[in-house]
Amino acid sequence: MDFLHKLRPYHLDVLKEIGNIGAAHAATALSELLNKQIDMSVPDVRLVSFQDLPEQVGGADTEVAAIFLRVEGEAPGSMFFISKIEDMEQLVRHLTKNKSFQLKQPPYDELGLSAFQEVGNILAGSYLSSFSDFTKLMLQPSVPGFSVDMTGAILSYGLIPLSEVGDYAIVIDTEIRELNREKAHVSGHFFYLPDPDSFEVIFAALGVETNE
Amino acid sequence: MNEVIKVGMADLNVVTPPDTIRTSGLGSCVGVILYDEVTLISGMAHVMLPSSALCKQATPNPAKYADTAIPALIKKLESKGAKIFSLKAKLAGGAQMFSFSTGNDMMRIGPRNVEAVKEKLNELRIPILAEDVGGKSGRTIEFNPLSKKLQIRTVNQGTKEI
Repeated sequence: MDFLHKLRPYHLDVLKEIGNIGAAHAATALSELLNKQIDMSVPDVRLVSFQDLPEQVGGADTEVAAIFLRVEGEAPGSMFFISKIEDMEQLVRHLTKNKSFQLKQPPYDELGLSAFQEVGNILAGSYLSSFSDFTKLMLQPSVPGFSVDMTGAILSYGLIPLSEVGDYAIVIDTEIRELNREKAHVSGHFFYLPDPDSFEVIFAALGVETNE
Repeated sequence: MNEVIKVGMADLNVVTPPDTIRTSGLGSCVGVILYDEVTLISGMAHVMLPSSALCKQATPNPAKYADTAIPALIKKLESKGAKIFSLKAKLAGGAQMFSFSTGNDMMRIGPRNVEAVKEKLNELRIPILAEDVGGKSGRTIEFNPLSKKLQIRTVNQGTKEI
């Protein structure tokens, strides 16, 4: 990826700020939805090889609950919300008041699943709309898909557009978690993986020089 | 001591008995196993994309594409003493992890990967003895050159051998 050779630390800082704004809105939205205090980490922006990415999220064959959606519009990309299966179960149980909701063995409860998907909609929608306001770029989330499966299998899907140009991904990773961690807590990772051609668009929209 | 050789995403490697070879979390990617029936020298490639014609990279990674990974794996097997005429193949992977109403070509990448791998193996006259492809679930696979069996673990569906 030619672009990666031109990447400077301040470019990563810009991406970090995008992650910050996006995740802050997503955390607020989740907090309102659950009526709980949600905290978020400082976003981590890194350049990782495909081999290393699943390892950083707990291993390629660790089972997780994930929401995946495509970002469509001027700066396309992929977005994931990945959390532990138990955490996602807690979240859905809280929302639907269905104490027996489980994601360990299909078939899953339909209503619970649509709540799961709705969480994805709300998180991604608030992340993207703030990102869109900030950059003035037109961006829309696709309908979210969900899966309970191995991390590697899920993440590799979002890596396909990037894999056509290189072996590295720029990952904007933000962790969100419930503040009160004594009892049931919810935590998860937000990944935003812009497509290769989107970086120049994002930087141009923010007035950051990429050609020097 | 038996070792497990790991193969990452867009990666390939070879193994000799009694070691085994494994790749974790195959989604739309395809795991291709080639093994020499006589010498038991075996190899695995974790293919991500169907064709290197899509490549926009200056120095492409051959292990990433179906059409380049198989020849690269054969070359590596031959350098260890395997013979192309005694090679057999087994495949797993190529799932469709997410289903969307909008039919985007990227979403069909799993089936396209499987087709491309089969096409290449057919062109090279390498018989496919077993396969476990498609579906909606990720797979972790491990090949044992001694038993010539491929163990496949799928979330919620347990483990099987082909």
